Amino acid sequence: MMQLLSRWTWLRRWETLLLIVLIIVLVINTQLSPFFFDANNISNIFRLSIEKAMVVLLMTFVIINGEIDLSVASLMGLSASVLAVTFEAGWSLPAGFALALLIGAICGALNGFFITYLNMPSIVVTLAGLITYRGVARILLEDRSVGGYPEWFTGLAQNEWIGTFPFTVILFAVLFVVCYIILSRTSFGRYVYVIGNNRPGAEYAGISVRRVKMLIFVFTGLMAAFAGLWYAARLGNIRANAAEGFELDIITIVLLGGVSIFGGKGTMLGVGLSLLVVLNIRNGMSLANVSSNVQTSIVGALLILSVLIPNWAQSLQGSKFWRSFVDRNRITKGEAV
Amino acid sequence: MKSLRGLLHLQQVRELSLFVILILVLLLFGSQIDGYFSPRTFSRIATTVSIIMIVAVGQTIVVLTRNIDLSVGSIVGFTAFFIGQQFGFNRDLHPAAAVALAMGVGALAGMLNGFLVAYGRVPAVVVTLGTLAIYRGALVEYSGSQSIATRMLPDWIKELPQQTVFTIGEVEFGALPVIALVAVILFQMILMYTSFGRRLYAVGSSTEAAEVAGIPARRLVFTAFMISGALAGLGGFVYLARIGTITAVAATGLELQVVAAVVVGGVNTNGGSGTVFGTLLGAVLVGTIEQSLIRMRINEFWKDALLGVFILIAVTTDSVMMSRLRTWWAARAQKAHKREALSAPTAGQVEA
Repeated sequence: MMQLLSRWTWLRRWETLLLIVLIIVLVINTQLSPFFFDANNISNIFRLSIEKAMVVLLMTFVIINGEIDLSVASLMGLSASVLAVTFEAGWSLPAGFALALLIGAICGALNGFFITYLNMPSIVVTLAGLITYRGVARILLEDRSVGGYPEWFTGLAQNEWIGTFPFTVILFAVLFVVCYIILSRTSFGRYVYVIGNNRPGAEYAGISVRRVKMLIFVFTGLMAAFAGLWYAARLGNIRANAAEGFELDIITIVLLGGVSIFGGKGTMLGVGLSLLVVLNIRNGMSLANVSSNVQTSIVGALLILSVLIPNWAQSLQGSKFWRSFVDRNRITKGEAV
Repeated sequence: MKSLRGLLHLQQVRELSLFVILILVLLLFGSQIDGYFSPRTFSRIATTVSIIMIVAVGQTIVVLTRNIDLSVGSIVGFTAFFIGQQFGFNRDLHPAAAVALAMGVGALAGMLNGFLVAYGRVPAVVVTLGTLAIYRGALVEYSGSQSIATRMLPDWIKELPQQTVFTIGEVEFGALPVIALVAVILFQMILMYTSFGRRLYAVGSSTEAAEVAGIPARRLVFTAFMISGALAGLGGFVYLARIGTITAVAATGLELQVVAAVVVGGVNTNGGSGTVFGTLLGAVLVGTIEQSLIRMRINEFWKDALLGVFILIAVTTDSVMMSRLRTWWAARAQKAHKREALSAPTAGQVEA
């Protein structure tokens, strides 16, 4: 057994574990409902959560870099609200998009500025951002709900383009590949890991830590704003509390994907797999008529477990019991020779 | 010894400036609203702030150990509903039993947080973001879309907010603010004068150093979360007394106001510095602004954005200005020390 484990190291990888979990979830889901493998259901799984999935990609960069961003959901709501207000004021939609994206980038830059240049902890800065950006959205929209957008806009997120897969899924696939390449194949991606692993070391090595962090936060803000617009297009009706609480799902998916909350560890592939796991678990729970609040609780439990289990595994590996087991194995092998 | 006195001073500077800001804010609103400076305004603000304040005392203790508790809003909601339901079952439930039950339920929730943070080595943000959702979900499931109505409650709890404990001049102190004040004074004393309190500061300043010094850091962090949970439970009881009608979404987002009060009150989010009195001032400032904005009838929707901006300003001044002030202070102390060292030998020579 031990030999098998040591030789087949891939079996011990987090991604493999996720794949197994994914298969189990899929099997359970098919048992739950005969409609699970229905093409409509599969494309729905993606379509109904594509906004979260987009932000997850950038959140991966943020957390690998050793930071956290709690403000993304508020930023999604703010960008949707900006669009709604400009639309009400008679602006054309593209002008509204541009303003919303600009505001997203500025808010991301503000987060980044406070964190990198004033050396403040990202939890506090982005928690303040969470309150402020949502607050601005409330100022803009108060308790109104704005709808009545042109057909082409609402159709953007809903129309089926290729087979049963809507345009959004193709878009997400492209974004995923781009982020995957940036994180694992470019020097920028290496910098992200190095900074997350050892920030002083990265500074001594001449990496411009501030610039890397700033870039990540600006792009996270931009992506959150973009996802907010997409959310607006999908719902066709915007309120100030749009996307409230999405940060829980987003951070859960990233951490469940094997990204270390302490920074410096994790892969885009793992995050992609955990995205599928979480989306399918949510879908399965919906098929089983589990209420959305209980679903959120279960996602919360997943969030804690995704950090707790690796911690336990680590301390188990370092424990006397485990080591004695491995050592004894080695000794018996030695005697045999 | 000298540097310690300097630090103590610094905290006082922080609180003094907060006090000045509070007075400025009061003057500003007083010039805008007719009849603002009345006992009624005072008691209204005091009653609203008391919930935030009680929960913020617990949050202060958690933040002192360099952690954060985002689940308090859900704990307040859960205990408020739970206690309300107990009254539904048994109207004659003794007040002391009700309070003990509320604090017990809250402490249990806090212990789960503390266990995961201290012994599971999971960062506090992750744990409490998760339990924020878990406790809220538990409340929704437990309540089964029922709600607690005021008529289910016994009379004494309904009358609690109107009861006056003592009056100074025309200003009346109601029961709820007095509960909050007792919590503030008690925990300020604990932080200042007990070894438990001093150890909390030590753990927050440097967990490693504290452990090397033989302080059981994990147990302290666990206890801090338990206290935070228990006080959130007490907050739930006060919430029930004040609001009366409790639904499954009760106290949603309260954690943001609580964290705002703590951070505005000058408790350092990097742990190891801050006082409960500071939190008291922070809570009063946050509550005053909120209540006054409602009175001014400019848009209650400005409330949240202002709250966020306040946190940012408070943390930025802490991190930028206070750290400069601290280094300046330290440099001055060092200079004075050098001067003493230089003058010391001559004094010795004279004696010889």
